Amino acid sequence: MDEISAGFIRAIQLIITLNPEVVEITVRSLSISLTSVLIASLVDIPIGGLIEFHDFRGKRALINLIQTFYSIPTVTVGLLVYLLLSRSGPLGGMGLLFSPAGMVIGQTVLITPIMIGLTISALRGVSVQIEETALSMGATNLQVIFTIMKEARVAVVATVLLGFGRALSEVGVAMMIGGNIRGYTRVLTTAISLETSMGDLDLAMALGIILISISLVVNLALNRVQGR
Amino acid sequence: MVLIEIRGLFKSFGLSEILRGINLDVEEGRVLALIGPTGSGKTTLLRLIDLLDKPTEGNIFFNGYDICYLSSKEKLKIRRKMGMVFQKPVMFSASVYENVSYGLKVRGKGNSRLEIQRALEEVGLSGYESRDAATLSGGEMQRIALARAMVINPEVLLLDEPTANLDLRSAYAVDELIKRLANCGRTVIMASHNMTECRKLANKVAVLVDGRITRTGKPEEILTEPELYVNSISGQPFLESI
Repeated sequence: MDEISAGFIRAIQLIITLNPEVVEITVRSLSISLTSVLIASLVDIPIGGLIEFHDFRGKRALINLIQTFYSIPTVTVGLLVYLLLSRSGPLGGMGLLFSPAGMVIGQTVLITPIMIGLTISALRGVSVQIEETALSMGATNLQVIFTIMKEARVAVVATVLLGFGRALSEVGVAMMIGGNIRGYTRVLTTAISLETSMGDLDLAMALGIILISISLVVNLALNRVQGR
Repeated sequence: MVLIEIRGLFKSFGLSEILRGINLDVEEGRVLALIGPTGSGKTTLLRLIDLLDKPTEGNIFFNGYDICYLSSKEKLKIRRKMGMVFQKPVMFSASVYENVSYGLKVRGKGNSRLEIQRALEEVGLSGYESRDAATLSGGEMQRIALARAMVINPEVLLLDEPTANLDLRSAYAVDELIKRLANCGRTVIMASHNMTECRKLANKVAVLVDGRITRTGKPEEILTEPELYVNSISGQPFLESI
């Protein structure tokens, strides 16, 4: 118990003194996850809109499939992206395996189902009367879509925050695609895993506290957004 | 001059036939009141005129043009000549100003502060511009919805029971507003349960029962018929006399 409390104190010291390794890993984690969420938002929110605003055969089945992938194990996505980026894979020539760019691709793929699915739910949550009011006021189809998007903005922002949380806290993709290379692809989750296995609990705890703090901030932001 | 001609209009939802062969003329600059029991098809008829739904059969002519089977671009042109106020209007999650200016904005008319202020004055809600529309009372929302429809200066106003669910004071304010619009020569089609309102505002009354127009005529002729006050299905009165 003493060892744990002493480790906790040393972990706090590492954070307060802005230990270069802690800062570097945190910044890398945030930049990779934020980039993934940005790309996923730009791609997945319009795809969610396209699915919601168009009627086509198999729409319900597609949405069910997307929802099934919400809980896809991260190592499965890691394996899929690994196969794509490995030297013998279709994107092998780009040399993205064991690089931050590869990790961004992996995390983007990982959060895509949840981002598309929750965007659809967010848009579906807007009353049909809003759509009809916009139409009756003379809005074009595109203006109606923008109006619905605007009405659903709170739920869409919540979707983005949830996507960020999932990207930041996953370990499977980061480990398999990034390779946990020190100073290059090591992020919060992979570093915690490695440092724990090596017995360096101070650093692991410091990184864990940071990860939980970020999650807490995301959660507070989510509650604030949803409370509006 | 007849602005809207409705001929042989049918509308079904699945197996349920809501409108069964409606024939109706709406004259320009006149107020037509559609009266009938709940479920008789008044709202469906208004929605078809506003092109929010497609008829199962039949035609609606606007200025002589059949508007039922147009492309979405042509539909938009026609819809922009009309303004509709729903029975339970919804507000966009925005300020009153943004709600009232919506119709102008989607038409690309940006600088419209004066028009918005005038519309709010008309409905007795000046100074409400910055208020959050979601926090308004039912009566205020109804009046904002009217202002929102009026500000686009439509040729035809479609009003679905504009004073239902309103207290007497708000209902009076809305009635007065419709009266002013009618006096300005605006064509108004309004669904109503309220006899006093119909008598006060309408130039013509059409009685809709079970998806059919059973009678049309001047309010003073139609609204004095005692059988009107008895719903053909339930035996309950369907017109309120205040």
